[in-house]
Amino acid sequence: MSAAVRRTQTRRSAAGSAVTDQRIEVRKTYKLYIGGAFPRSESGRTYEVSDTRGRFLANAAMGSRKDARDAVVAARGAFAKWAGATAYNRGQVLYRVAELMEGRRAQFAAEVAAAEGLTPARADRVVSQAIDRWVWYAGWSDKIGQVLGGANPVAGPYFNMSAPEPTGVVAVLAPQRSSLLGLVSVLAPTVVTGNTAVVLTSEQRPLPAVTLSEVLATSDVPAGVINLITGRTAEVAPWLASHQDVNAIDLAGAADADSLDWADLERAAAGNLKRVLRPGGNGADAVEPDWSRTPDLTRVKAGLETKTVWHPKGL
Amino acid sequence: MAKFEYAPAPESRAVVNIRPSYGLFIGGEFVQSTDGSTFKTISPSSEEVLAEVTEAGEADVNRAVLAARKAFDGPWGRLSGAERGKYLFRIARLLQERAREFAVLESLDNGKPIKESRDVDIPLAAAHFFYHAGWADKLEHAGLSAGTGQPPRPLGVVGQVIPWNFPLLMLSWKIAPALATGNTVVLKPAETTPLTALLFAEVCQQADLPAGVVNIVTGAGETGRRLVEHPRVDKVAFTGSTEVGKAIARSIAGTRKRATLELGGKAANIVFDDAAIDQAVEGIVNGIFFNQGHVCCAGSRLLVQENVAQDVIMRLKRRLQTLRVGDPLDKNTDVGAINSAAQLARIRELTEVAESEGATRWSAPCVLPDRGFWFAPTVFTGVSPAHRIAQEEVFGPVLSVLTFRTPAEAVAKANNTPYGLSAGIWTEKGSRILWMADQLRAGVVWANTFNRFDPTSPFGGYKESGYGREGGRHGLEAYVTTGATR
Repeated sequence: MSAAVRRTQTRRSAAGSAVTDQRIEVRKTYKLYIGGAFPRSESGRTYEVSDTRGRFLANAAMGSRKDARDAVVAARGAFAKWAGATAYNRGQVLYRVAELMEGRRAQFAAEVAAAEGLTPARADRVVSQAIDRWVWYAGWSDKIGQVLGGANPVAGPYFNMSAPEPTGVVAVLAPQRSSLLGLVSVLAPTVVTGNTAVVLTSEQRPLPAVTLSEVLATSDVPAGVINLITGRTAEVAPWLASHQDVNAIDLAGAADADSLDWADLERAAAGNLKRVLRPGGNGADAVEPDWSRTPDLTRVKAGLETKTVWHPKGL
Repeated sequence: MAKFEYAPAPESRAVVNIRPSYGLFIGGEFVQSTDGSTFKTISPSSEEVLAEVTEAGEADVNRAVLAARKAFDGPWGRLSGAERGKYLFRIARLLQERAREFAVLESLDNGKPIKESRDVDIPLAAAHFFYHAGWADKLEHAGLSAGTGQPPRPLGVVGQVIPWNFPLLMLSWKIAPALATGNTVVLKPAETTPLTALLFAEVCQQADLPAGVVNIVTGAGETGRRLVEHPRVDKVAFTGSTEVGKAIARSIAGTRKRATLELGGKAANIVFDDAAIDQAVEGIVNGIFFNQGHVCCAGSRLLVQENVAQDVIMRLKRRLQTLRVGDPLDKNTDVGAINSAAQLARIRELTEVAESEGATRWSAPCVLPDRGFWFAPTVFTGVSPAHRIAQEEVFGPVLSVLTFRTPAEAVAKANNTPYGLSAGIWTEKGSRILWMADQLRAGVVWANTFNRFDPTSPFGGYKESGYGREGGRHGLEAYVTTGATR
């Protein structure tokens, strides 16, 4: 997407006219990420993505209802194994995402700078924070059970224990403004505990998310655990909110989304009593928070169920 | 040994003094409704009218919410946690002191056997207040802040709507944590069982609880809807049907109101061939016939391993023939009255559908009283997972029996429901218990026991059984904010 035209020396062509020995950059096709594969939208649609000054960056896939449903199928298929993986294993898988992002940081920085209109130095800091956020959440995988669970001193001869479990398939509306740090900040807490995710990326700033999906595909995150769909938030989000096989929905990306009222999504989510993480803000407002702040456990908890197990004690 | 003949052992009604009519409990006193509407509450075991109760309308609900708001902004909000806790301790003690009175009244109004109201409902209700009383000044130790650096703060006015199956117990599950965390409440008991909630209002008076901290508004679904949708209610806590739970979730969508929903269930009670069969049979009986099966977490689907199915069903039927169905106030009674004519009609409808779909019905041979609402303990065999009786909540003394061969099949069948409240496992193999417990998508798993409850033990469901937990450290979370936004 940058004007990567390199001049070397001028030569003569076979026909005798002068040519410049320039190299044309091989540009990337930005696709969806579903079930570990990179399909185009089944709808065949794309939409133009520009930088903050309106310059063309790429045509992103415009995900459809069908793409969202395919992603839910992939996420459901991946759930049992991911939820059943050891916490140590999940922690290492998330840590590996950070490792691979580090290796691609120049590309992320360039994309974040273009998407969010940041200076190169600022974009670099944002990428660092995004990488560090994976590391932060990776470390939570094998601690959350002890922090949130425990033994319950019931008044009787029973072993009684409560422990958190992942709720299942979580639909995530990624933040509209913070294209990478915001995305990681909503995605990592969802999957670290064993949930699988269907993410609607930032509508106007989807390219860093697609690059992240390329990192995920080459890391150890099993296919289907994370699925990313680019496109119109207001078009696809209602299908996820009403989907009967989605267990929870994070409405972070409702803030600043075009033509979208998060109340409608929450109403649709009531159809199968999805757990709803409302967007930040007061009243009907939806405000995108400052993702650079150190997170708390709110987002982790939103994707958890508490299971309590009883057993009698006796000889 | 000589066989003793049955002789009735009725508990005395004299301990309870039911007033002919009750007002609404708002701002610390009993008041009349604005429009004078009333309804009658009857004893489901005799259809005798017990009392006339006030139907709260829109103005009454509004008045109650404002009274709760005033108390929250006033005396209650200014009280330290330690002093707040003392009120809850007082309430716990008063419930213990007046336990027999509450038990008799509960059995009269609800129809449940006195041995259940006396030994389960009322002691547990008192225990809930005692447990939560101790939290009131220790909330910063409850691990609720989740790293926000903010201490837990109350939400404000809580609107609570409870069902008729455990009237006082559900009241305590709702009010105790709400008060311990510093909120004030407006509670609506079910229209068929308002009396113990109104007696609880007297307990609040005896405890000198500041006016408006607890308000009780009686009425039916419309009163509940007005309470839930009142703009000055900050949090909703509901126990009841999944259908109403979904309506509540819709009605608060797009607001900043929070909700806990404890809804329906269709729990699998899974018996493996290596289980202690006689214990398992007791567990099956307790799982589905406790409280006439009016239990959201009832073990209404028996999944029994195929090679022991015949034996288990034979012993189960033999055991059911010994259950005593009848007068709730008789201390011998195991199964009491169905709570209402409407509920009885619902049970009859679903059991008729089960027969027409091809399941085989067996009912315990017992003589049912002439008056009141009764349904004999009933078992359906030959049930397929697609039958309505295997999918829908009956909320009555009706068990569906399905079989399985492998643990994986048991898990698949157990989880084949939109609900996810509870499950039971019966096996002598420890590793299998733990494996099964991991696989079952349910909030409470009872292994080699069933229907155990405790104030320290979080209770609540997965999927369409609702969200949020009640009880334990986890239950406090629904009633506080820690200023977390991310």
